[in-house]
Amino acid sequence: MAKVIGAVVIDTEACKGCDICVHACPTDVLKLNDQVNGKGYNPAYPANHAACTGCKICALVCPDMCITVYQYKPDKVA
Amino acid sequence: MTTSVITPEEIIKKGTVVFKKTELMTNNTLSYCPGCGHGVAHRLVMEVIEEMGIGEETIGVAPVGCSVLAYDFMNVDMQQAAHGRAPAVATGIKRVYPEKYVFTYQGDGDLAAIGTSETIHACNRGENIVIIFINNGIYGMTGGQMAPTTLAGMKSSTSPYGRSIPTMGYPIKMTELVAHLPGVAYATRQAVHEAKYVRKAKKAIQKAFENQRDLKGTSIVEIVSNCNSGWKMTPVDANKWLEENMLPYFPLGDIKK
Repeated sequence: MAKVIGAVVIDTEACKGCDICVHACPTDVLKLNDQVNGKGYNPAYPANHAACTGCKICALVCPDMCITVYQYKPDKVA
Repeated sequence: MTTSVITPEEIIKKGTVVFKKTELMTNNTLSYCPGCGHGVAHRLVMEVIEEMGIGEETIGVAPVGCSVLAYDFMNVDMQQAAHGRAPAVATGIKRVYPEKYVFTYQGDGDLAAIGTSETIHACNRGENIVIIFINNGIYGMTGGQMAPTTLAGMKSSTSPYGRSIPTMGYPIKMTELVAHLPGVAYATRQAVHEAKYVRKAKKAIQKAFENQRDLKGTSIVEIVSNCNSGWKMTPVDANKWLEENMLPYFPLGDIKK
């Protein structure tokens, strides 16, 4: 069975940089950006995208609903 | 290693969406502080309503407190009640529209302090409503004053030396209190600071709305949440503090089912 791989898309303008997703991620994908967004927060971004499994844990704990999670199984989808 | 390197863009293009913001949340930016549990609680309630397909038939009642603006974020019919009176307003709405789903969304300053009487009597009448009770042990909106649910020894702006039990009493356990009433069908306490608790909390909220559909009586879902601004901590530290201090006094699980 091929490994499931995932990707996250973060709405950087909605993110308030609370850091909860960064600590929740089991594969250390996310980090806070040094650049601030329009509101002056440091938004999260997927620094280590290759490790993402699409487990949704970051999205489940995100209080501002700014994370969309995608999952892909290489051998399943043509 | 059979898989070749695949870029995130390709995953997004070829893969399936496994999580996205529910349609029943508006695109308004939440007014809550970074890391506040209200956002997750809002989302869970709206996800349950969306999955049950009752978005058009649901009326929510917003409280006074941080979540007073819930009507700006929840894309269902909403009514804002006077401080603490959400269960009374919900009673009225439910009796006029018995076929609608009615829920209240209240904080601890609203439900456990000024609205204690309304809560207890609505539960005692067994009104067929869902009460979502966010307990963060403090008055968040007004600047971190002591709430009835503030823990013993916990510092707040009106208990700067910590809550003293001989003079200020014990933190009130509202969910246990109303669970004794025969009108209450379901009383449970959940949390939203970690993914495993979020999943359980969603199931509890779903059960509460199903109870309303099946005319079983009042369902109260308490959600132990954080208030990192009021507790004067970072969001991550606040969640850790919650786990170590709030959960021993407010244990999670079903109190009545």
